[in-house]
Amino acid sequence: MKYDMLMIRYGELTLKGKNRGRFERTVLKHVESVLSSFPAAQTQTEYGRLYIMLNGEDAAKVSAELKKIFGLHSISPVLVCPSELDQIIETSTSFIRQLAPAEGTTFKVTARRVWKRFPHSSHEMNHLVGAPVLQEFPQLKISMKQPEIELRIEIREHGTYIYSEVIHGVGGFPRGSNGKAMLLLSGGIDSPVAGYSGMRRGLEVECVHFFSYPFTSPKAKEKVLELAKVLSGYTGSVKVHLVPFTDVQTSFTTVGQDNLIITLMRRSMLRIATKLAERQGALALLTGDSLGQVASQTLQSMNVIGRATDLPILRPLITMDKNEIVDIAQKIGTYDLSILPYEDCCTLFVPKSPTTNPNLHVVERVEASIPNLEAMLEEAVKQTETVVLRPDSVIEVDREETIDENWF
Amino acid sequence: MLYWDHAASTPPYDEVIQTMADVMRKHYGNPSSIHRMGEDAAKLIKRAREVCAASLHVTPSEIILTSGATEGNNLAIKGTALQYASRGKHIVTTRIEHPSVYESCLELEKYGYEVTFLPVDANGRVNPDEFASAVRKDTILVSVMHVNNETGAVQPLVEIGEAVKKANPLAVFHIDGVQGFGKLPVQLKEWKADLYTLSAHKIRGPKGTGVLYKREGITLHPLLSGGKQEAGVRAGTENIPGFVAMAKAMRMAGEQTETFMTEVGALRDELMAWIQKTPCLELNSSPKGAPHIVNVSFPGMKSEVLLHSLEEHGMLVSTKSACSSKIAEPSRVLLAMGRSEASASSAIRISMGLTHSREDLRRLLAALESAVKRLEPLRQEGLN
Repeated sequence: MKYDMLMIRYGELTLKGKNRGRFERTVLKHVESVLSSFPAAQTQTEYGRLYIMLNGEDAAKVSAELKKIFGLHSISPVLVCPSELDQIIETSTSFIRQLAPAEGTTFKVTARRVWKRFPHSSHEMNHLVGAPVLQEFPQLKISMKQPEIELRIEIREHGTYIYSEVIHGVGGFPRGSNGKAMLLLSGGIDSPVAGYSGMRRGLEVECVHFFSYPFTSPKAKEKVLELAKVLSGYTGSVKVHLVPFTDVQTSFTTVGQDNLIITLMRRSMLRIATKLAERQGALALLTGDSLGQVASQTLQSMNVIGRATDLPILRPLITMDKNEIVDIAQKIGTYDLSILPYEDCCTLFVPKSPTTNPNLHVVERVEASIPNLEAMLEEAVKQTETVVLRPDSVIEVDREETIDENWF
Repeated sequence: MLYWDHAASTPPYDEVIQTMADVMRKHYGNPSSIHRMGEDAAKLIKRAREVCAASLHVTPSEIILTSGATEGNNLAIKGTALQYASRGKHIVTTRIEHPSVYESCLELEKYGYEVTFLPVDANGRVNPDEFASAVRKDTILVSVMHVNNETGAVQPLVEIGEAVKKANPLAVFHIDGVQGFGKLPVQLKEWKADLYTLSAHKIRGPKGTGVLYKREGITLHPLLSGGKQEAGVRAGTENIPGFVAMAKAMRMAGEQTETFMTEVGALRDELMAWIQKTPCLELNSSPKGAPHIVNVSFPGMKSEVLLHSLEEHGMLVSTKSACSSKIAEPSRVLLAMGRSEASASSAIRISMGLTHSREDLRRLLAALESAVKRLEPLRQEGLN
């Protein structure tokens, strides 16, 4: 169907009191950046609602993009006609005709007269429109409860909106409206989901990824960048800080406390991420921890590890089951990338029996025994390379083009 | 020499040969290796799979790369039979299938499966109603070809798919698409196809490569054990240069389908018109068939004699399908269409492609004319 307009409802941000305006402006800015690839479309705001005049752009394509925008509750493609009875009937009939309902489809009309000077009441309109529609489409069956087609008619002074579909948006808060956090992004399944969950609550997320070249392949780095690229699809762009972690990591393998390696590593990662957070103006760290999943995610470990930073650590997945996390990963499009089999620094040098109950004093003593640990952390931050990814970024890490497109 | 045996194999595109050589020279790594060379090889497979998927309007994960249609058909049929044996052991196919389908079904009969071979009409088409009544609750597989390789007959796949899925939505619907891709529109969704076989060397790609489309949600029991290539369905190191070259051939053939239909179809129409006005020849192909195959009988003369007589004039044609042409038996397909033994053992197949011109066809007609004139007095009444 050729729709005229998209009608968009905001989510829970409408509950905000005096900050509401700021939230709405943020989401509008995001919508406008997405609409830049649909040049004919124009936005129009109204209290509690946003309209997009399509001016010929494809409603399905535009709404597919809008469905990724946080803060939008639902989207309805709409036909617009002048607020005159015969025009409303005609447009409604043409609307149903284009839906080509099958025999026995259930149906009802729900009219709403917002413009009170329109001569027919909402109730009258249900009949005035329903009768001619039923006459033309005898295959329709009236049903008041859960009809398959609910023809909604909203009569306003400047025009009447006719629609039936309500497409659910992702909801949440507008991008970046709740401050910034640093996401510790590995190549696994969990951390991208944690990133998405944070973004959905309005966090601006910057990613921190630790790599241990030459023990890990460029492929592992490429995989993480691809993951970040998927996340950037939800906000337009995402920053990734790539931290060289080889020296720090190998220094832990020499202290003779193999079962503590993971604890030591995680603490150093948090310290580096905290330094980057300070530099980037972020107020929290965001991780994919899920309680009890691995040795470093027992309560005892999280206690010892978490003490390495003063920043709050946000753990959106903390009570989730693995299969819940996998479901989200599949839904947001990170799962297939996450299961690619490349070693990253989290899976390197993993001891046979990492401790699930580390002792803070022992850990602190070991750290103190490593010469230059603090200097190594500083150096890692200094050597950190930052890239900005957008949904259309091309990722090729440290390698020449292998594919000659002429071959295909 | 003029080659009129495109249904058997086709001259590869120059670009395909070039691609094959380039990839073979540069990317000899094993895609399962985790070093750079391996990763590069794996990337090429991934891209090739995407291109193949795009040609069929399906997703890359629905593409299984194979060694060709024999493997594709065997995997489709036996893989389904083994996987879904607990649901039932009944298979429905037709009497005119390619040997790789037909023989696979006969083999399954030995293992306790029951196969219904449906008849065809005089034009080589199966009535969709036949499927509606043959498909039962315990039918696990229906296998039918898009275009017949001997006569060019086209099956009404939309109607068949509908009949099959209506009779038993769980029955896996396999289409052997070998002679159809690039020659006629391919609409897997409209056909309700679950499995679809292709071979690259029939569409000017390299031999030893093919595609089996497997709809998301269908599981096949692997026939080859070993590595986890092709999502575990088909073990064996991938033929990288072959698959890249195949992807190219699929793209090119797919893009040329419409041109193929008009241009090659025009040659076919002319050839058919000529055969129909030549008294001692019998046309076995329907004008509604595929644009590239014309099957003609010269009753009273063994197929091979006419074939060699045309060869003398520099025209290469074939008898039956290439896969069974060395067996001196009447054509199973023509017999199934109700032709006499005399017609079925005197048939030749002329198959064409976009490499043929009007002028080529004129030369073929001249050769046919003089061969027929010369052989006509030697015809034997009632020869089988």
